[in-house]
Amino acid sequence: MQGFWVPRRLVMAGIGLAIVVWCALALNWTWLAVPKYQALMLQGIWTTFWLLVVTMLLGMALAIPLGLAQAAGPWWLAAPARIFCSVIRGTPLLLQLWLLYYGLGSLFPSIPWIRGSDLWPILRQAWPYAVLALTLSVAGYEGEVMRGAFKGVPHGQLEAAKAMGMPRFTLFRRIWLPQALQRVLPTLGGETVLQMKATPLVATITVVDIYAVSSRIRQDTFIVYEPLLLLAVVYMAIAGLIVLLFRWLENRVPQKTV
Amino acid sequence: MTGGALLLSTMDLLAWTAPGWGQTLAVALAKSVLIALGAFGLGLLIGIGGAYGKLYGGPVARDLLGIYTTIVRAVPELILILILYFAFTSSINNLLLAWGYDRIQISGFAAGIAVLGVVQGAYATEVLRGAILSVPPGQIEAARAMGMPPLMLAWRVTLPQMLAAAVPGLANLWLIATKDTALLAVVGYAELTLVTRQAASTTKAFFTFFMAAGMLYLAISILSTLIFHRIESWARRGQVRREGR
Repeated sequence: MQGFWVPRRLVMAGIGLAIVVWCALALNWTWLAVPKYQALMLQGIWTTFWLLVVTMLLGMALAIPLGLAQAAGPWWLAAPARIFCSVIRGTPLLLQLWLLYYGLGSLFPSIPWIRGSDLWPILRQAWPYAVLALTLSVAGYEGEVMRGAFKGVPHGQLEAAKAMGMPRFTLFRRIWLPQALQRVLPTLGGETVLQMKATPLVATITVVDIYAVSSRIRQDTFIVYEPLLLLAVVYMAIAGLIVLLFRWLENRVPQKTV
Repeated sequence: MTGGALLLSTMDLLAWTAPGWGQTLAVALAKSVLIALGAFGLGLLIGIGGAYGKLYGGPVARDLLGIYTTIVRAVPELILILILYFAFTSSINNLLLAWGYDRIQISGFAAGIAVLGVVQGAYATEVLRGAILSVPPGQIEAARAMGMPPLMLAWRVTLPQMLAAAVPGLANLWLIATKDTALLAVVGYAELTLVTRQAASTTKAFFTFFMAAGMLYLAISILSTLIFHRIESWARRGQVRREGR
């Protein structure tokens, strides 16, 4: 830390602190004290958080077979996987979200057995569509990343395992997948931040995440900047946490000993 | 009379003239592409300035650019667009009022380009910085030793050599720019995604319109990928091709 706190940085930190103090004193933060908004904000942060975690995990679970199909699959598996990835990566997430929400949302009520099923109370809500759209988006982007990672594992490793008579699934589980995952770990942190930055879009289909809460406060109180500023700070904090988490993960994964 | 609208076939809905929405969608598509082009161009200008500032600027400029790129890359585009959209329009009006002019209505088009350009600029800074770093330092030192003025050095030595390394990243940025224009739908600007939603909710043909818009976005992305491949191979024309690539 010796090299970081040189005089100019101290001056800049002072200016930054002055701006923060000015924001705290001059802007209108009275809405923060309202218990209703406090509860809503906690709920919103929680929604953003679980949406991020669930869609990242489900999306990665889909991305691994998608990447494998493109890297090593026969053409009738590779071609659909490639088309899926191009379509997801080539269209805006907002459009995909609205297609699923408005499209499926208007289709499902017209099908009697879906209306009658036990799942209907869930399908009537907005969050399943948000989870589906965000998951497919992760699958599309990470499928492409996993394709490169699977291809990047040195061929000799796979040949050696084959020569030792390792069954194909064991080879995949013990040699191929761990090395591919190790390769994507540095990019995965950045991709998770990108996914976090995509979550506020779900507010457009009435899922109440932290962004929707801030819009609601804006509409209730006519205070424009303050909720947005706080929102930016919340997202920066989450991004910082993600970066720290992945740095910790990377340090735990054994490095190559070459 | 909603039944009548529902019975219109897909081709009627997408037809160019009145009952169809073809022309409306085409105009919206043109707006989206123009905003993406403007934002990409502005982002490129900011990126060139930012990259040179980060590499050769003074320590304060470097720190400030670092703060700019970090904030833009950590805060969702949607929120930046809202903050900048409000802040940009209201601060211009405040300036105009302070100088004794009337307030003006800032067009969504200009605001969209400005806001997306600022976002693109942060990413472009990083892409171009990496590309400049990929130019062998000996080349730049040699040009300096020959007494080449800085602008000529940038034009003749740095730019041609960094282009090959920069094109893939810039292609990616362009694709992000085209997709980010959809976010302007949230602030109510009538670009392709918002117009599609209006068309879809008027006619209740949700799948038809969202699929059609998806095809348009996909066509842009495929077309630009092809064009950027051409540009990349043109930028690499002087390089020795490596084996197995």
